[in-house]
Amino acid sequence: MKSPKLLTWLPGAIVPCVLLAVWQAVAVSGIVSPLILPSPLAVAKKWIEYLSPYEPFDPRRSGYLAWLISGELLHDAYASLRRVVSGFVIGAVLALPLGLFMGASEQVYKLFNPLVQLLRPIPPIAFIPLAILWFGLGDPPAIFLITIGAFFPILMNTIAGVRHVDAIYIRAAESLGANRWVLFRRIMLPAASPYILAGARIGMGTAFIVVIVAEMIAVNSGLGYRILEAREFFWSDKIIAGMITIGLLGLAIDTGMSQLNNWLLKWHRGLEQR
Amino acid sequence: MSFATPYINIRGVSQIFRSEHQKEVIALDNINLNVRRGEFLCLLGPSGCGKSTLLNAIAGFTLPSAGSITVDGRAIHAPGPDRGMVFQEYALFPWMTVEKNISFGLEIQGATKTAIREKLDMLLTMLQLRDFRERYPKDLSGGMRQRVAIARVLALDSPIMLMDEPFGALDALTRHNLQDELLRIWAEFKKTIVFVTHSIEESVYLADRTVVMTYRPGTIKQEVHIVLPRPRDPASIEFNRIETELAQWVMEEQYRHQQDEIKGSGKTH
Ligand SMILES: Nc1ncnc2c1ncn2[C@@H]1O[C@H](COP(=O)(O)OP(=O)(O)OP(=O)(O)O)[C@@H](O)[C@H]1O
Ligand SMILES: [Mg+2]
Repeated sequence: MKSPKLLTWLPGAIVPCVLLAVWQAVAVSGIVSPLILPSPLAVAKKWIEYLSPYEPFDPRRSGYLAWLISGELLHDAYASLRRVVSGFVIGAVLALPLGLFMGASEQVYKLFNPLVQLLRPIPPIAFIPLAILWFGLGDPPAIFLITIGAFFPILMNTIAGVRHVDAIYIRAAESLGANRWVLFRRIMLPAASPYILAGARIGMGTAFIVVIVAEMIAVNSGLGYRILEAREFFWSDKIIAGMITIGLLGLAIDTGMSQLNNWLLKWHRGLEQR
Repeated sequence: MSFATPYINIRGVSQIFRSEHQKEVIALDNINLNVRRGEFLCLLGPSGCGKSTLLNAIAGFTLPSAGSITVDGRAIHAPGPDRGMVFQEYALFPWMTVEKNISFGLEIQGATKTAIREKLDMLLTMLQLRDFRERYPKDLSGGMRQRVAIARVLALDSPIMLMDEPFGALDALTRHNLQDELLRIWAEFKKTIVFVTHSIEESVYLADRTVVMTYRPGTIKQEVHIVLPRPRDPASIEFNRIETELAQWVMEEQYRHQQDEIKGSGKTH
Protein backbone atom coordinates (compact mmCIF):
# COMPACT_ATOMS: atom_id res chain seq x y z
CA MET A 1 0.00 0.00 0.00
CA LYS A 2 2.71 2.48 1.00
CA SER A 3 5.47 1.90 -1.52
CA PRO A 4 3.38 2.56 -4.68
CA LYS A 5 2.32 5.90 -3.18
CA LEU A 6 5.96 6.77 -2.51
CA LEU A 7 6.84 5.77 -6.07
CA THR A 8 4.26 8.13 -7.52
CA TRP A 9 5.55 10.97 -5.39
CA LEU A 10 9.22 10.42 -6.15
CA PRO A 11 9.42 11.63 -9.78
CA GLY A 12 7.65 14.85 -8.86
CA ALA A 13 10.19 15.53 -6.13
CA ILE A 14 13.25 15.25 -8.37
CA VAL A 15 13.02 18.61 -10.12
CA PRO A 16 12.43 20.69 -6.96
CA CYS A 17 15.32 18.90 -5.21
CA VAL A 18 17.72 19.55 -8.08
CA LEU A 19 16.62 23.17 -8.19
CA LEU A 20 17.18 23.56 -4.46
CA ALA A 21 20.64 22.01 -4.75
CA VAL A 22 21.62 24.36 -7.59
CA TRP A 23 20.22 27.32 -5.68
CA GLN A 24 22.17 26.33 -2.55
CA ALA A 25 25.36 25.86 -4.58
CA VAL A 26 25.03 29.26 -6.25
CA ALA A 27 24.29 30.96 -2.93
CA VAL A 28 27.23 29.34 -1.16
CA SER A 29 29.68 29.88 -4.02
CA GLY A 30 29.59 33.64 -3.43
CA ILE A 31 28.84 34.57 -7.06
CA VAL A 32 25.80 36.57 -5.93
CA SER A 33 25.45 38.56 -2.77
CA PRO A 34 23.29 36.92 -0.11
CA LEU A 35 21.40 40.21 -0.04
CA ILE A 36 20.12 39.46 -3.53
CA LEU A 37 19.82 35.70 -3.28
CA PRO A 38 19.88 34.14 0.15
CA SER A 39 20.53 30.40 0.36
CA PRO A 40 17.56 28.07 0.71
CA LEU A 41 18.79 27.11 4.15
CA ALA A 42 18.77 30.75 5.23
CA VAL A 43 15.26 31.11 3.86
CA ALA A 44 14.13 28.01 5.71
CA LYS A 45 15.68 29.31 8.93
CA LYS A 46 13.95 32.65 8.45
CA TRP A 47 10.66 30.94 7.71
CA ILE A 48 10.81 28.97 10.96
CA GLU A 49 11.77 32.12 12.84
CA TYR A 50 8.85 33.93 11.16
CA LEU A 51 6.54 31.14 12.18
CA SER A 52 7.72 30.79 15.78
CA PRO A 53 6.50 32.91 18.70
CA TYR A 54 8.44 36.09 19.48
CA GLU A 55 8.96 35.68 23.18
CA PRO A 56 9.71 32.63 25.31
CA PHE A 57 6.72 30.88 26.82
CA ASP A 58 5.46 32.53 29.98
CA PRO A 59 2.52 30.77 31.64
CA ARG A 60 1.60 33.94 33.57
CA ARG A 61 0.97 35.92 30.39
CA SER A 62 -0.92 33.53 28.14
CA GLY A 63 -2.05 29.94 27.61
CA TYR A 64 0.20 27.53 25.77
CA LEU A 65 -1.87 27.41 22.61
CA ALA A 66 -2.19 31.19 22.44
CA TRP A 67 1.58 31.43 22.81
CA LEU A 68 2.11 28.78 20.14
CA ILE A 69 0.21 30.74 17.54
CA SER A 70 1.54 34.15 18.53
CA GLY A 71 4.17 34.13 15.76
CA GLU A 72 4.20 36.85 13.14
CA LEU A 73 3.54 34.52 10.20
CA LEU A 74 0.32 33.14 11.59
CA HIS A 75 -0.91 36.62 12.40
CA ASP A 76 -0.17 37.80 8.88
CA ALA A 77 -1.71 34.75 7.29
CA TYR A 78 -4.78 35.13 9.45
CA ALA A 79 -5.11 38.83 8.54
CA SER A 80 -4.89 38.05 4.81
CA LEU A 81 -7.23 35.08 5.05
CA ARG A 82 -9.81 37.08 7.00
CA ARG A 83 -9.82 39.76 4.30
CA VAL A 84 -10.05 37.24 1.48
CA VAL A 85 -12.94 35.43 3.11
CA SER A 86 -14.85 38.64 3.99
CA GLY A 87 -14.44 40.10 0.51
CA PHE A 88 -15.23 36.78 -1.15
CA VAL A 89 -18.37 36.23 0.89
CA ILE A 90 -19.65 39.76 0.19
CA GLY A 91 -18.86 39.35 -3.50
CA ALA A 92 -20.58 35.98 -3.68
CA VAL A 93 -23.64 37.16 -1.76
CA LEU A 94 -24.04 40.02 -4.24
CA ALA A 95 -23.14 38.11 -7.40
CA LEU A 96 -25.19 34.97 -6.82
CA PRO A 97 -28.73 36.41 -6.72
CA LEU A 98 -27.96 38.95 -9.44
CA GLY A 99 -26.51 36.20 -11.62
CA LEU A 100 -29.48 33.93 -11.01
CA PHE A 101 -31.92 36.67 -11.97
CA MET A 102 -29.89 37.77 -14.98
CA GLY A 103 -29.63 34.18 -16.17
CA ALA A 104 -33.30 33.40 -15.65
CA SER A 105 -34.91 36.59 -16.93
CA GLU A 106 -34.23 38.22 -20.25
CA GLN A 107 -35.52 41.57 -18.95
CA VAL A 108 -33.22 41.62 -15.94
CA TYR A 109 -30.37 40.59 -18.22
CA LYS A 110 -31.02 43.45 -20.61
CA LEU A 111 -31.24 45.85 -17.69
CA PHE A 112 -27.91 44.97 -16.10
CA ASN A 113 -25.78 43.50 -18.85
CA PRO A 114 -24.49 46.78 -20.38
CA LEU A 115 -23.22 47.96 -17.01
CA VAL A 116 -21.67 44.59 -16.25
CA GLN A 117 -19.91 44.51 -19.63
CA LEU A 118 -18.59 48.01 -18.97
CA LEU A 119 -17.21 47.30 -15.51
CA ARG A 120 -16.03 43.74 -15.96
CA PRO A 121 -12.89 44.43 -18.05
CA ILE A 122 -11.56 46.90 -15.44
CA PRO A 123 -8.98 44.95 -13.42
CA PRO A 124 -9.80 45.11 -9.70
CA ILE A 125 -6.33 46.60 -9.15
CA ALA A 126 -7.41 49.66 -11.15
CA PHE A 127 -9.99 50.38 -8.46
CA ILE A 128 -7.25 50.95 -5.86
CA PRO A 129 -7.10 54.77 -6.10
CA LEU A 130 -10.86 55.04 -5.94
CA ALA A 131 -11.02 52.54 -3.09
CA ILE A 132 -8.56 54.58 -1.03
CA LEU A 133 -10.36 57.80 -1.89
CA TRP A 134 -13.69 56.34 -0.80
CA PHE A 135 -12.68 54.22 2.16
CA GLY A 136 -9.35 55.62 3.35
CA LEU A 137 -6.74 53.11 4.47
CA GLY A 138 -7.13 49.83 6.34
CA ASP A 139 -9.49 46.92 5.92
CA PRO A 140 -12.44 48.60 4.13
CA PRO A 141 -10.66 49.44 0.86
CA ALA A 142 -8.94 46.03 0.85
CA ILE A 143 -12.20 44.18 1.34
CA PHE A 144 -13.87 46.39 -1.27
CA LEU A 145 -11.21 45.44 -3.82
CA ILE A 146 -11.42 41.75 -3.00
CA THR A 147 -15.20 41.92 -3.31
CA ILE A 148 -14.83 43.31 -6.83
CA GLY A 149 -12.27 40.63 -7.66
CA ALA A 150 -14.58 37.83 -6.53
CA PHE A 151 -17.81 39.39 -7.81
CA PHE A 152 -17.38 39.24 -11.58
CA PRO A 153 -16.20 35.65 -12.06
CA ILE A 154 -19.04 34.41 -9.85
CA LEU A 155 -21.56 36.64 -11.63
CA MET A 156 -20.53 35.65 -15.16
CA ASN A 157 -20.48 31.95 -14.35
CA THR A 158 -23.81 32.05 -12.57
CA ILE A 159 -25.43 33.71 -15.58
CA ALA A 160 -23.89 31.14 -17.93
CA GLY A 161 -24.86 28.30 -15.59
CA VAL A 162 -28.51 29.28 -15.43
CA ARG A 163 -28.65 29.83 -19.18
CA HIS A 164 -27.23 26.40 -19.83
CA VAL A 165 -29.71 24.52 -17.68
CA ASP A 166 -31.04 21.77 -19.89
CA ALA A 167 -34.66 22.59 -20.80
CA ILE A 168 -35.60 18.96 -20.22
CA TYR A 169 -35.10 19.33 -16.45
CA ILE A 170 -37.40 22.32 -16.45
CA ARG A 171 -40.00 20.43 -18.44
CA ALA A 172 -39.74 17.41 -16.17
CA ALA A 173 -40.12 19.56 -13.06
CA GLU A 174 -43.04 21.50 -14.50
CA SER A 175 -44.87 18.34 -15.39
CA LEU A 176 -44.31 17.16 -11.81
CA GLY A 177 -46.07 20.30 -10.64
CA ALA A 178 -43.19 22.68 -9.84
CA ASN A 179 -44.05 26.36 -9.56
CA ARG A 180 -41.58 29.14 -10.41
CA TRP A 181 -39.99 29.28 -6.98
CA VAL A 182 -39.49 25.50 -6.77
CA LEU A 183 -38.11 25.57 -10.29
CA PHE A 184 -35.64 28.26 -9.32
CA ARG A 185 -34.44 26.75 -6.08
CA ARG A 186 -34.61 23.01 -6.69
CA ILE A 187 -33.86 22.83 -10.41
CA MET A 188 -32.06 25.86 -11.81
CA LEU A 189 -29.79 26.47 -8.84
CA PRO A 190 -28.47 22.90 -8.51
CA ALA A 191 -28.33 22.43 -12.28
CA ALA A 192 -26.22 25.59 -12.54
CA SER A 193 -24.06 24.73 -9.54
CA PRO A 194 -21.14 23.22 -11.49
CA TYR A 195 -20.75 26.53 -13.32
CA ILE A 196 -21.30 28.56 -10.17
CA LEU A 197 -18.70 26.62 -8.23
CA ALA A 198 -16.20 26.92 -11.07
CA GLY A 199 -16.84 30.68 -10.93
CA ALA A 200 -16.35 30.67 -7.18
CA ARG A 201 -13.01 28.98 -7.61
CA ILE A 202 -11.86 31.56 -10.15
CA GLY A 203 -13.25 34.31 -7.92
CA MET A 204 -11.29 32.97 -4.97
CA GLY A 205 -8.12 32.96 -7.05
CA THR A 206 -8.68 36.57 -8.06
CA ALA A 207 -9.50 37.53 -4.48
CA PHE A 208 -6.21 36.07 -3.37
CA ILE A 209 -4.25 38.06 -5.95
CA VAL A 210 -6.09 41.22 -4.99
CA VAL A 211 -5.54 40.80 -1.25
CA ILE A 212 -1.76 40.70 -1.67
CA VAL A 213 -1.74 43.83 -3.83
CA ALA A 214 -4.19 45.64 -1.58
CA GLU A 215 -2.06 44.87 1.46
CA MET A 216 1.02 46.26 -0.29
CA ILE A 217 -0.75 49.56 -0.78
CA ALA A 218 -3.59 50.19 1.60
CA VAL A 219 -2.99 48.16 4.78
CA ASN A 220 -0.36 47.67 7.48
CA SER A 221 -0.72 43.96 8.07
CA GLY A 222 -1.01 40.72 6.20
CA LEU A 223 1.35 38.74 4.01
CA GLY A 224 1.41 41.30 1.18
CA TYR A 225 2.35 44.10 3.58
CA ARG A 226 5.02 41.92 5.22
CA ILE A 227 7.00 41.14 2.08
CA LEU A 228 6.94 44.78 1.00
CA GLU A 229 8.12 45.80 4.46
CA ALA A 230 10.92 43.21 4.27
CA ARG A 231 12.12 44.76 1.01
CA GLU A 232 12.62 48.10 2.73
CA PHE A 233 15.08 46.43 5.07
CA PHE A 234 16.70 44.36 2.32
CA TRP A 235 15.59 41.17 4.08
CA SER A 236 15.58 39.05 0.99
CA ASP A 237 15.31 35.86 3.04
CA LYS A 238 12.15 37.17 4.64
CA ILE A 239 10.73 38.22 1.26
CA ILE A 240 11.15 34.71 -0.05
CA ALA A 241 9.86 33.16 3.19
CA GLY A 242 6.78 35.40 2.85
CA MET A 243 6.32 34.41 -0.78
CA ILE A 244 6.47 30.76 0.17
CA THR A 245 3.85 31.39 2.83
CA ILE A 246 1.63 33.12 0.27
CA GLY A 247 2.07 30.15 -2.03
CA LEU A 248 1.18 27.68 0.70
CA LEU A 249 -1.87 29.65 1.75
CA GLY A 250 -3.01 29.91 -1.86
CA LEU A 251 -2.54 26.19 -2.31
CA ALA A 252 -4.49 25.49 0.88
CA ILE A 253 -7.36 27.72 -0.24
CA ASP A 254 -7.51 26.17 -3.69
CA THR A 255 -7.36 22.65 -2.29
CA GLY A 256 -10.15 23.53 0.11
CA MET A 257 -12.25 24.94 -2.73
CA SER A 258 -11.63 21.88 -4.84
CA GLN A 259 -12.58 19.54 -1.99
CA LEU A 260 -15.76 21.52 -1.43
CA ASN A 261 -16.45 21.32 -5.15
CA ASN A 262 -16.04 17.56 -5.22
CA TRP A 263 -18.25 17.13 -2.21
CA LEU A 264 -21.03 19.39 -3.47
CA LEU A 265 -20.86 17.90 -6.95
CA LYS A 266 -20.58 14.26 -5.98
CA TRP A 267 -23.62 13.66 -8.17
CA HIS A 268 -21.93 15.13 -11.20
CA ARG A 269 -20.84 12.96 -14.06
CA GLY A 270 -17.13 12.99 -14.77
CA LEU A 271 -16.01 13.82 -11.24
CA GLU A 272 -15.89 10.24 -10.00
CA GLN A 273 -12.28 9.63 -10.99
CA ARG A 274 -10.86 12.30 -8.70
CA MET B 1 -66.76 6.42 -16.49
CA SER B 2 -68.10 5.68 -19.91
CA PHE B 3 -65.75 3.82 -22.19
CA ALA B 4 -66.81 5.56 -25.38
CA THR B 5 -66.39 9.25 -24.52
CA PRO B 6 -62.99 10.65 -25.45
CA TYR B 7 -60.73 11.29 -22.50
CA ILE B 8 -57.98 13.05 -24.39
CA ASN B 9 -59.49 15.00 -27.25
CA ILE B 10 -57.19 16.40 -29.94
CA ARG B 11 -59.02 18.57 -32.42
CA GLY B 12 -57.51 20.16 -35.53
CA VAL B 13 -54.07 20.48 -34.00
CA SER B 14 -51.35 21.96 -36.19
CA GLN B 15 -47.84 22.92 -35.24
CA ILE B 16 -45.74 25.12 -37.44
CA PHE B 17 -42.14 25.88 -36.54
CA ARG B 18 -40.70 29.05 -37.95
CA SER B 19 -37.04 29.77 -37.74
CA GLU B 20 -35.20 32.70 -39.26
CA HIS B 21 -32.92 30.91 -41.68
CA GLN B 22 -34.91 27.87 -42.69
CA LYS B 23 -38.27 27.77 -44.33
CA GLU B 24 -41.12 26.94 -42.00
CA VAL B 25 -41.70 23.35 -40.95
CA ILE B 26 -45.23 22.02 -40.70
CA ALA B 27 -44.58 19.46 -37.98
CA LEU B 28 -48.24 18.66 -37.41
CA ASP B 29 -51.08 19.30 -39.82
CA ASN B 30 -54.67 19.15 -38.64
CA ILE B 31 -54.41 16.20 -36.28
CA ASN B 32 -57.68 14.80 -34.97
CA LEU B 33 -57.37 12.06 -32.40
CA ASN B 34 -59.31 10.79 -29.43
CA VAL B 35 -57.94 8.64 -26.66
CA ARG B 36 -60.26 6.64 -24.44
CA ARG B 37 -59.86 6.49 -20.69
CA GLY B 38 -57.68 3.50 -19.89
CA GLU B 39 -56.49 3.07 -23.46
CA PHE B 40 -52.94 2.16 -24.39
CA LEU B 41 -52.21 4.16 -27.53
CA CYS B 42 -49.02 3.99 -29.57
CA LEU B 43 -47.83 6.71 -31.94
CA LEU B 44 -45.73 5.14 -34.67
CA GLY B 45 -43.83 6.81 -37.47
CA PRO B 46 -40.48 7.59 -39.03
CA SER B 47 -38.03 9.92 -37.32
CA GLY B 48 -39.04 13.57 -37.62
CA CYS B 49 -42.72 12.93 -38.34
CA GLY B 50 -43.87 14.92 -35.32
CA LYS B 51 -44.48 12.25 -32.67
CA SER B 52 -42.64 14.17 -29.97
CA THR B 53 -44.26 17.40 -31.09
CA LEU B 54 -47.70 15.89 -30.59
CA LEU B 55 -46.76 14.39 -27.24
CA ASN B 56 -45.26 17.70 -26.07
CA ALA B 57 -48.48 19.44 -27.03
CA ILE B 58 -50.51 16.98 -24.93
CA ALA B 59 -48.04 17.47 -22.09
CA GLY B 60 -48.53 21.23 -22.39
CA PHE B 61 -44.86 22.01 -23.03
CA THR B 62 -45.71 23.73 -26.29
CA LEU B 63 -48.95 25.29 -27.37
CA PRO B 64 -50.10 24.19 -30.82
CA SER B 65 -50.26 26.81 -33.58
CA ALA B 66 -53.88 25.85 -34.22
CA GLY B 67 -56.49 23.55 -32.78
CA SER B 68 -57.17 22.49 -29.23
CA ILE B 69 -56.43 19.66 -26.84
CA THR B 70 -58.66 18.83 -23.92
CA VAL B 71 -58.26 16.27 -21.17
CA ASP B 72 -61.47 15.23 -19.50
CA GLY B 73 -63.12 18.28 -21.03
CA ARG B 74 -60.56 20.80 -19.76
CA ALA B 75 -58.28 22.63 -22.20
CA ILE B 76 -54.53 22.15 -21.83
CA HIS B 77 -52.49 25.34 -21.35
CA ALA B 78 -49.52 24.19 -19.32
CA PRO B 79 -47.74 21.10 -18.07
CA GLY B 80 -49.21 19.55 -14.96
CA PRO B 81 -49.01 16.52 -12.70
CA ASP B 82 -52.20 15.01 -14.14
CA ARG B 83 -50.12 14.11 -17.21
CA GLY B 84 -46.89 12.38 -16.20
CA MET B 85 -44.11 12.45 -18.77
CA VAL B 86 -41.42 9.82 -19.26
CA PHE B 87 -38.70 11.13 -21.55
CA GLN B 88 -36.45 9.22 -23.89
CA GLU B 89 -33.41 10.81 -22.25
CA TYR B 90 -34.73 9.84 -18.78
CA ALA B 91 -34.48 13.47 -17.59
CA LEU B 92 -33.80 12.39 -14.02
CA PHE B 93 -32.45 15.19 -11.86
CA PRO B 94 -28.79 14.23 -11.59
CA TRP B 95 -28.28 16.11 -8.31
CA MET B 96 -30.95 14.07 -6.54
CA THR B 97 -30.67 10.48 -5.39
CA VAL B 98 -33.08 7.86 -6.72
CA GLU B 99 -35.21 8.35 -3.63
CA LYS B 100 -35.30 12.15 -3.99
CA ASN B 101 -36.11 11.93 -7.67
CA ILE B 102 -39.10 9.74 -6.99
CA SER B 103 -40.43 11.76 -4.07
CA PHE B 104 -39.78 15.19 -5.64
CA GLY B 105 -43.29 15.55 -7.06
CA LEU B 106 -44.98 14.60 -3.78
CA GLU B 107 -42.63 16.80 -1.79
CA ILE B 108 -43.33 19.97 -3.75
CA GLN B 109 -47.03 19.30 -3.47
CA GLY B 110 -46.71 19.31 0.28
CA ALA B 111 -47.47 15.64 0.97
CA THR B 112 -46.79 14.54 4.53
CA LYS B 113 -43.57 12.74 5.44
CA THR B 114 -45.40 9.49 6.20
CA ALA B 115 -47.36 9.62 2.97
CA ILE B 116 -44.14 10.15 1.03
CA ARG B 117 -42.38 7.31 2.83
CA GLU B 118 -45.22 4.88 2.23
CA LYS B 119 -45.44 5.72 -1.46
CA LEU B 120 -41.69 5.55 -1.82
CA ASP B 121 -41.50 2.12 -0.19
CA MET B 122 -44.23 0.81 -2.43
CA LEU B 123 -42.62 2.12 -5.62
CA LEU B 124 -39.07 1.10 -4.72
CA THR B 125 -40.29 -2.44 -4.11
CA MET B 126 -42.50 -2.57 -7.16
CA LEU B 127 -39.79 -1.39 -9.53
CA GLN B 128 -36.96 -3.31 -7.81
CA LEU B 129 -35.08 -0.18 -6.89
CA ARG B 130 -34.65 -0.89 -3.16
CA ASP B 131 -30.91 -1.41 -3.28
CA PHE B 132 -30.35 1.73 -5.31
CA ARG B 133 -32.31 4.28 -3.32
CA GLU B 134 -29.25 6.27 -2.22
CA ARG B 135 -27.58 6.26 -5.62
CA TYR B 136 -27.28 9.15 -8.00
CA PRO B 137 -28.55 8.71 -11.57
CA LYS B 138 -25.01 8.72 -12.97
CA ASP B 139 -24.38 5.43 -11.16
CA LEU B 140 -27.38 3.64 -12.67
CA SER B 141 -27.77 1.60 -15.84
CA GLY B 142 -30.13 2.81 -18.56
CA GLY B 143 -32.82 0.35 -17.53
CA MET B 144 -32.60 1.44 -13.89
CA ARG B 145 -32.83 5.08 -14.87
CA GLN B 146 -35.96 4.48 -16.87
CA ARG B 147 -37.43 2.59 -13.91
CA VAL B 148 -36.79 5.63 -11.72
CA ALA B 149 -38.37 7.88 -14.34
CA ILE B 150 -41.47 5.68 -14.37
CA ALA B 151 -41.58 5.58 -10.57
CA ARG B 152 -41.30 9.37 -10.47
CA VAL B 153 -44.44 9.66 -12.57
CA LEU B 154 -46.28 6.89 -10.71
CA ALA B 155 -45.62 8.65 -7.40
CA LEU B 156 -48.07 11.35 -8.42
CA ASP B 157 -50.88 8.97 -9.39
CA SER B 158 -51.19 10.78 -12.72
CA PRO B 159 -54.08 9.20 -14.60
CA ILE B 160 -52.25 9.83 -17.88
CA MET B 161 -48.74 8.71 -18.74
CA LEU B 162 -47.03 10.23 -21.76
CA MET B 163 -44.00 8.26 -22.86
CA ASP B 164 -41.61 9.43 -25.57
CA GLU B 165 -39.63 6.46 -26.86
CA PRO B 166 -38.89 5.48 -23.27
CA PHE B 167 -37.21 2.18 -24.08
CA GLY B 168 -35.50 3.24 -27.30
CA ALA B 169 -32.01 3.31 -25.82
CA LEU B 170 -32.19 0.01 -23.95
CA ASP B 171 -30.91 -3.42 -24.89
CA ALA B 172 -33.49 -5.97 -26.07
CA LEU B 173 -33.73 -7.94 -22.83
CA THR B 174 -34.09 -4.91 -20.56
CA ARG B 175 -36.60 -3.42 -22.97
CA HIS B 176 -38.66 -6.56 -22.88
CA ASN B 177 -38.69 -6.67 -19.08
CA LEU B 178 -39.72 -3.05 -18.85
CA GLN B 179 -42.47 -3.52 -21.42
CA ASP B 180 -43.97 -6.28 -19.29
CA GLU B 181 -43.61 -4.19 -16.17
CA LEU B 182 -45.31 -1.27 -17.88
CA LEU B 183 -48.22 -3.47 -18.97
CA ARG B 184 -48.61 -4.67 -15.39
CA ILE B 185 -48.62 -1.11 -14.08
CA TRP B 186 -51.05 -0.01 -16.77
CA ALA B 187 -53.47 -2.78 -15.89
CA GLU B 188 -53.10 -2.44 -12.13
CA PHE B 189 -53.44 1.36 -11.93
CA LYS B 190 -55.79 1.78 -14.91
CA LYS B 191 -53.60 4.39 -16.58
CA THR B 192 -54.23 6.00 -19.92
CA ILE B 193 -50.98 5.76 -21.85
CA VAL B 194 -49.80 7.56 -24.98
CA PHE B 195 -46.61 5.85 -26.01
CA VAL B 196 -44.31 7.05 -28.80
CA THR B 197 -42.16 4.49 -30.55
CA HIS B 198 -40.67 3.75 -33.91
CA SER B 199 -40.54 0.04 -33.26
CA ILE B 200 -43.42 -1.73 -34.97
CA GLU B 201 -43.00 -4.80 -32.81
CA GLU B 202 -43.08 -2.75 -29.62
CA SER B 203 -46.33 -1.11 -30.65
CA VAL B 204 -47.98 -4.43 -31.48
CA TYR B 205 -46.81 -5.90 -28.19
CA LEU B 206 -48.10 -3.00 -26.09
CA ALA B 207 -50.93 -1.10 -27.69
CA ASP B 208 -54.69 -1.32 -27.85
CA ARG B 209 -54.45 0.90 -30.88
CA THR B 210 -51.55 2.11 -32.97
CA VAL B 211 -51.62 5.35 -34.93
CA VAL B 212 -49.24 5.58 -37.90
CA MET B 213 -48.13 9.11 -38.71
CA THR B 214 -46.87 10.69 -41.93
CA TYR B 215 -43.75 12.74 -42.41
CA ARG B 216 -43.87 16.49 -43.17
CA PRO B 217 -46.52 17.43 -42.79
CA GLY B 218 -47.24 15.19 -39.81
CA THR B 219 -50.72 13.79 -40.21
CA ILE B 220 -52.44 10.58 -39.19
CA LYS B 221 -52.09 8.03 -41.95
CA GLN B 222 -53.75 5.02 -40.44
CA GLU B 223 -55.15 3.62 -37.22
CA VAL B 224 -54.82 -0.06 -36.40
CA HIS B 225 -56.73 -1.63 -33.51
CA ILE B 226 -54.88 -4.47 -31.87
CA VAL B 227 -57.32 -6.77 -30.11
CA LEU B 228 -54.99 -9.66 -29.29
CA PRO B 229 -55.25 -10.95 -25.72
CA ARG B 230 -52.33 -10.26 -23.40
CA PRO B 231 -49.69 -11.48 -22.77
CA ARG B 232 -49.03 -11.39 -26.48
CA ASP B 233 -46.75 -13.80 -28.22
CA PRO B 234 -44.53 -12.09 -30.81
CA ALA B 235 -44.04 -15.47 -32.51
CA SER B 236 -47.76 -16.03 -33.11
CA ILE B 237 -49.32 -15.80 -36.54
CA GLU B 238 -51.78 -13.10 -35.51
CA PHE B 239 -49.02 -10.96 -34.05
CA ASN B 240 -47.05 -11.26 -37.25
CA ARG B 241 -50.03 -10.45 -39.40
CA ILE B 242 -50.58 -7.14 -37.58
CA GLU B 243 -46.86 -6.42 -37.65
CA THR B 244 -46.82 -6.92 -41.41
CA GLU B 245 -49.83 -4.71 -41.85
CA LEU B 246 -48.27 -1.90 -39.85
CA ALA B 247 -44.96 -2.38 -41.60
CA GLN B 248 -46.70 -1.82 -44.93
CA TRP B 249 -48.19 1.48 -43.76
CA VAL B 250 -44.87 2.64 -42.33
CA MET B 251 -42.90 1.53 -45.37
CA GLU B 252 -45.29 3.21 -47.76
CA GLU B 253 -44.83 6.40 -45.80
CA GLN B 254 -41.07 6.04 -45.75
CA TYR B 255 -41.00 5.43 -49.51
CA ARG B 256 -43.18 8.47 -50.17
CA HIS B 257 -40.91 10.57 -48.01
CA GLN B 258 -37.79 9.37 -49.83
CA GLN B 259 -39.35 10.13 -53.20
CA ASP B 260 -40.23 13.60 -51.91
CA GLU B 261 -36.67 14.19 -50.84
CA ILE B 262 -35.30 13.11 -54.21
CA LYS B 263 -37.76 15.35 -56.01
CA GLY B 264 -37.08 18.17 -53.54
CA SER B 265 -33.32 18.03 -53.96
CA GLY B 266 -33.70 17.80 -57.74
CA LYS B 267 -35.63 21.05 -57.72
CA THR B 268 -33.22 23.04 -55.61
CA HIS B 269 -30.02 22.02 -57.43
N1 LIG C 1 -38.32 23.69 -32.05
C1 LIG C 1 -38.35 23.35 -33.34
N2 LIG C 1 -38.02 24.23 -34.30
C2 LIG C 1 -38.04 23.90 -35.61
N3 LIG C 1 -38.37 22.68 -36.07
C3 LIG C 1 -38.70 21.74 -35.16
C4 LIG C 1 -38.69 22.02 -33.75
N4 LIG C 1 -39.05 20.89 -33.09
C5 LIG C 1 -39.26 19.96 -34.04
N5 LIG C 1 -39.06 20.46 -35.28
C6 LIG C 1 -39.25 19.74 -36.55
O1 LIG C 1 -40.52 19.18 -36.51
C7 LIG C 1 -40.52 17.87 -37.04
C8 LIG C 1 -41.08 16.91 -36.04
O2 LIG C 1 -40.19 16.77 -34.95
P1 LIG C 1 -40.40 15.73 -33.78
O3 LIG C 1 -39.31 15.91 -32.81
O4 LIG C 1 -41.78 15.85 -33.28
O5 LIG C 1 -40.23 14.34 -34.54
P2 LIG C 1 -40.31 12.85 -33.97
O6 LIG C 1 -41.34 12.16 -34.72
O7 LIG C 1 -40.43 12.87 -32.49
O8 LIG C 1 -38.90 12.29 -34.39
P3 LIG C 1 -37.92 11.26 -33.61
O9 LIG C 1 -38.48 9.89 -33.84
O10 LIG C 1 -36.63 11.45 -34.30
O11 LIG C 1 -37.91 11.67 -32.19
C9 LIG C 1 -39.09 17.55 -37.41
O12 LIG C 1 -38.97 17.67 -38.80
C10 LIG C 1 -38.27 18.59 -36.71
O13 LIG C 1 -37.17 18.96 -37.51
MG1 LIG D 1 -39.11 12.35 -30.90
